[in-house]
Amino acid sequence: MQKVAVAQDPLAASTDVDPALLRELVAHLRQDRTPLREEWTRRITDERLLSVMTPEEIFSEVTAVYDNYVDALETGSIEALERYARNLSERIIPRGVETHEVLGVVLLLRDVLARSLFQKYQDDRVLMNQVLDAYEPAANRIAVTVGVSFVQERERVIRQQQLAIRELSTPVLKVRDQLLILPIIGALDASRARQLTEQLLNGIRENRAKVVVIDITGVPGIDVDVANHLVQAVRASGLMGARVIITGLSADIAQTLVNLRVDLTMMQSVGDLQGGIEEAERQLSYAVTRSGATSPDSRA
Amino acid sequence: MEEIRVPIRSDADTVVARQKGRAAAVAIGLSRTDATFVATAISEIARNITSHAGSGEIVIRRVTQGGHDGLVVVAHDEGPGIPDVAAVLRHEYASDAGLGIGLWGAQRLMDAVEVLSEPGRGTTVTMTKWCRFDDVGTLLGQRGA
Amino acid sequence: MGVSILKQRDYLIASIQSALTDTEVVQLRDALVAEVARHRSRGVIVDVAALDVIDSFVSRSLSTVAQTNRLRGAKTVVVGIQPDVAVAMSQFGLGLADVHTALDLEAGLELLDG
Repeated sequence: MQKVAVAQDPLAASTDVDPALLRELVAHLRQDRTPLREEWTRRITDERLLSVMTPEEIFSEVTAVYDNYVDALETGSIEALERYARNLSERIIPRGVETHEVLGVVLLLRDVLARSLFQKYQDDRVLMNQVLDAYEPAANRIAVTVGVSFVQERERVIRQQQLAIRELSTPVLKVRDQLLILPIIGALDASRARQLTEQLLNGIRENRAKVVVIDITGVPGIDVDVANHLVQAVRASGLMGARVIITGLSADIAQTLVNLRVDLTMMQSVGDLQGGIEEAERQLSYAVTRSGATSPDSRA
Repeated sequence: MEEIRVPIRSDADTVVARQKGRAAAVAIGLSRTDATFVATAISEIARNITSHAGSGEIVIRRVTQGGHDGLVVVAHDEGPGIPDVAAVLRHEYASDAGLGIGLWGAQRLMDAVEVLSEPGRGTTVTMTKWCRFDDVGTLLGQRGA
Repeated sequence: MGVSILKQRDYLIASIQSALTDTEVVQLRDALVAEVARHRSRGVIVDVAALDVIDSFVSRSLSTVAQTNRLRGAKTVVVGIQPDVAVAMSQFGLGLADVHTALDLEAGLELLDG
């Protein structure tokens, strides 16, 4: 028994069971592997769980989980099962498998195995109780492990999708050499503004941009946090040698910025996107006779 | 992550401290930008030690609070201390050698900065940066953990 | 010191190779001012791509170089500020007085030629 791996688990205290009983239990589950797997698969199909998977797929996953499950019972180490559960979750989450299905499947296995233990030991109540005492905490722990792995994986996927959606909602468009446009659509919060800054600066570096037009026509409103992020993005762009022109500033937002006393001296603002691009073109054609963005006397 | 201690005696130690701070920040899952914030803040407060107290120490460690990971940087010296901490934090007297601007910058770069100073006894600056829930780096960090 | 200073036409190009201590920053600052005077350079490019931190001391030193050189008729261009460093500087509120900026050495030379 690997006590080390068990020791960190809150349920671990109750898994302190007779190793001989556990061996007997594991031997039974190995011996009846085929009928128990089939029973489990049948119950899964009956309850219409994992409906997006074919029966063959279900049987093959069931086999792998079953074997990992028995191994976990035997060794007390849930790491391999945890890895498999994560890997499985990663594969089935994109196909739309829901949390209740995964929990249902795991609880079914617990039932199927418990029933088979009842049957096997029904003539010896004392031994049956001992075997169940050994089985239950371990089985609960395994069920929790699989369930939690699935939920964690799901949360991770959701967060990653949120990031991806944000990234899609702020494309960095190269209009022509040295000129980028960032049309921002939708509400800005501090976290999206931070990400936008990152994309803007990487875009400047990758495209060797000298002028960037940020169009915020599609932004409904701005708070002081977001406004400061925008100012910061403009400053940082300047430090990397690129000027920023803001377009599409609504009267409301303009007034908010003034009321919030955001330092706007770094920002050049032009009414609409078309005007912004024209201004950018003008600056680029003069760029050869003009110097950098950070000096007040550079327009000589 | 093990606690990291860097004795600050010269400006070369400052470079070591900020490099270790950056590495520790990345190791606990802070984004690259946040790691740069941490390194810059360390650079400032380490300079305060060398130019005002002569020597001191910087301690870097991981903290966890309510399931959130963060990095704590503690800078300690036994120098002359700061007579009016509140005024320095408001950037009211930015001495050209950088005491004011350093603490002020650290405040802008970190999530929390606490200054304890007793004139004649020394100064302890404690700065914290928390991992953000929405950072890709944090996500990957959690994944690997 | 991890900096090399090269003369190219009537420009000076200083490439920082690694992290610098404050002492080395002071040496670089003084060397740049002295070399511009000695060569009567029209422009200086400081490549800071290797710096993973630009703090208040480095900002102030670069500004001093630029202000001093401007009085002698030379432009100072800082190139290669990394995106993370640029964000940290603007969050900090650090500016570069009299300093021109460009993406990299090539863009910096273009700016000086313009």
